[in-house]
Amino acid sequence: MADFVELWVYLSSTPLFGLTATLVVYSLAHAAYQALQQAPWANPVLWSVLAIAAGLMLTKTAYPTYFAGAQFIHFLLGPAVVALGWPLWQRRQELTRHGTKLVLAALAGGSAAALSAWTLGSWLGLPQDVLLSLVPKSVTAPVAMGLSEKIGGIPALAAVFAVITGMVGALSGKYLFQLCGISTDDTGWRTRGFALGTAAHGIGAARALQVHPDAGAYAGLALGLQVILASLMLPLVVSWLV
Amino acid sequence: MFALQGLTWLLVFQSLGELLSKGFGLPFPGPVLGMGLLWLALRWTLVRQPVQATAEFILAHLSLLFVPVGVGVMTHLSLLSQHGWRVAVVLVLSTWIGLMVTALVLRALWSSPNQAVKHG
Repeated sequence: MADFVELWVYLSSTPLFGLTATLVVYSLAHAAYQALQQAPWANPVLWSVLAIAAGLMLTKTAYPTYFAGAQFIHFLLGPAVVALGWPLWQRRQELTRHGTKLVLAALAGGSAAALSAWTLGSWLGLPQDVLLSLVPKSVTAPVAMGLSEKIGGIPALAAVFAVITGMVGALSGKYLFQLCGISTDDTGWRTRGFALGTAAHGIGAARALQVHPDAGAYAGLALGLQVILASLMLPLVVSWLV
Repeated sequence: MFALQGLTWLLVFQSLGELLSKGFGLPFPGPVLGMGLLWLALRWTLVRQPVQATAEFILAHLSLLFVPVGVGVMTHLSLLSQHGWRVAVVLVLSTWIGLMVTALVLRALWSSPNQAVKHG
């Protein structure tokens, strides 16, 4: 038994463990998601995260030990954002044709999310540094961290808020769109994808990509637009609010 | 071979983006500038063919890439417990508002000017 413990301690301290655990758990979660016809509640990110976090707690493994391996996957977030240029290029003609509409919708949705977070948070009496970490939550996590630092929030908290926001969007989007009567024809999928990318960044876009290719492309576009608009406007708007 | 070349192009454009972002102090993160540069370069077959293969693979598994950050969030949950339900309420409601406003505004815009011209 002591041998086993030793072996485990050795394995869990190498990068191999974090990387393998992430891929194995995600593959299982993804298979289950497919078997359940991609039901929103079966979201593979959500269940992989819960399973791995529970595993780390049970085996008393520290997050940095896990991340030593998982960082190889985490690193690919950067190239993945660059790769979003591909679906956008494929649809370049329709995007230039609808450019103004899309920018207007991104502005409206992004400000609605940020301002409602600010207003609701103020009503509920949250302290200012928490409010300032909430404002950039519709932007993808690494960017949200940088932005929150710039405007006086707490970067770690901003990352937590951004990830939870993405999850909420990916899990509830379908039902909200049904409630609003958004159709499932071509225009409807584009609208749904664009809304997911605007309000729920990369995690919403990942869901959109799984559901429909047009939804995925518009989600990628919305994600990119949100990063640009938020980087330009949030520091300005916050300087008026505070 | 295309897959490897594609990944190389993605990393090259991300690096160029980082250089531009840091070098000129632009408010956009490196990968977003890299996406814009890639968009401009996709007109060339030399870039397009390999990037298509890699981009389609990496985007099909985009959700996997959020797992490490997500696990990190679970280990930071104590940050949330101080503010508890209030933060949860704000996060859920503001996300719903953001989703609905975007979808409804866009739907209204789709059906406005172009069609008006057509019917007029």
